[in-house]
Amino acid sequence: MHELTLAERALGIVEKTAREAGAQRVTRIRLSIGALAHVDPDTMQYCCEVVSRDSLAEGAQIEVTRAPGLAWCSTCQAEVALAQVGEPCPACGGYQLKITDGDQMQVVDISIE
Amino acid sequence: MCVTCGCGGGDASIDGHDLRYAPRQRKDAAAPKAGTFRPMGGHSHAPLDANHAPEMTAERVLRIEQDILSGNDAQAAANRAQFAARGLFVLNFVSSPGSGKTTLLVDTIQRWAARTPLAVIEGDQQTANDAERIRATGAPAVQINTGKGCHLDAHMVAQAAEQLATQAQMPQNGLLLIENVGNLVCPAAFDLGEAHKVVILSVTEGEDKPLKYPDMFRAADLLLISKIDLLPHLDFDVAAAIRYARQVRPDLPVIQLSSKTGAGCAAWQAWLESGVQRASSGMLP
Repeated sequence: MHELTLAERALGIVEKTAREAGAQRVTRIRLSIGALAHVDPDTMQYCCEVVSRDSLAEGAQIEVTRAPGLAWCSTCQAEVALAQVGEPCPACGGYQLKITDGDQMQVVDISIE
Repeated sequence: MCVTCGCGGGDASIDGHDLRYAPRQRKDAAAPKAGTFRPMGGHSHAPLDANHAPEMTAERVLRIEQDILSGNDAQAAANRAQFAARGLFVLNFVSSPGSGKTTLLVDTIQRWAARTPLAVIEGDQQTANDAERIRATGAPAVQINTGKGCHLDAHMVAQAAEQLATQAQMPQNGLLLIENVGNLVCPAAFDLGEAHKVVILSVTEGEDKPLKYPDMFRAADLLLISKIDLLPHLDFDVAAAIRYARQVRPDLPVIQLSSKTGAGCAAWQAWLESGVQRASSGMLP
């Protein structure tokens, strides 16, 4: 997939923030990747490590937290858990689902020195 | 380069000219002036930061909470505003390689018969073949070559639109058709500023593609099932394909067509026309 491009964009956000804060080094990066986002978290973590070489974030610890997927089922008129896009509503078995949470790809915070 | 699909920036171009991206600053360029933050004078960071006195390691946490694609999304919003100001109906065509996107575009342009002005932005990793096929119809086209990249992004489209404007080929109150790189995965994540993503599934593919590549079908607002003239020779189950697509994107509108026989093309042209009318009267969301 496109994890490398996304990792480059994430690093851009990290470096800009770190530079503006006068940081010498980024020691930790926390990302939040929803369960329904278009990326594989392990690949994302690996790509972040690759792109951070020769940057302010070289050697930074990269943590990826997974937010659970949620969807609104218009049949049940309720918010339900959704593990994967394309799966049915766990309550009624239908597919009238609109994703409400868990598709985010976010830089949450960084630790700097 | 991406280990999975080969994507990665760096060598993209528009009509053969380099794409402009702000170069990413490296550590050397970004480091503050000597003495501003260094606890023990100039030194290199040894593996265990042995030179740092413990009390001098002032670690701070900065909250960011920013979407990784926020830069792309901001540019996409700017593109959308620019397209709206021109009354343009902009579509982002996505599919696997070989579904017949360019053939469908050529046929669509011919059937449109200059009803309104239109232009095309073509995306491929390499070659200008597709833009040349479009230009052969008489319609203006700009070719983006993404190099190793596996998708178009909003900045590429902004520069391609600028190129069309420079050549006085950017339409007003008409259609802008963007053909994305043939790839059912990566283009799903990138908003280009279009009104709709249109996903094309040809009947020579598997009908379960919507389940295999759900992100793309979820991102689309219209499904075109193409090459239906071949159905008598194939085992493709149209009803199943539509059912699968609507599992990931409830109520997804579907048009079945063949540019060979013209079947379904009138419905497709009517769909385009209603979009152009909404765009030129400022009624797009």
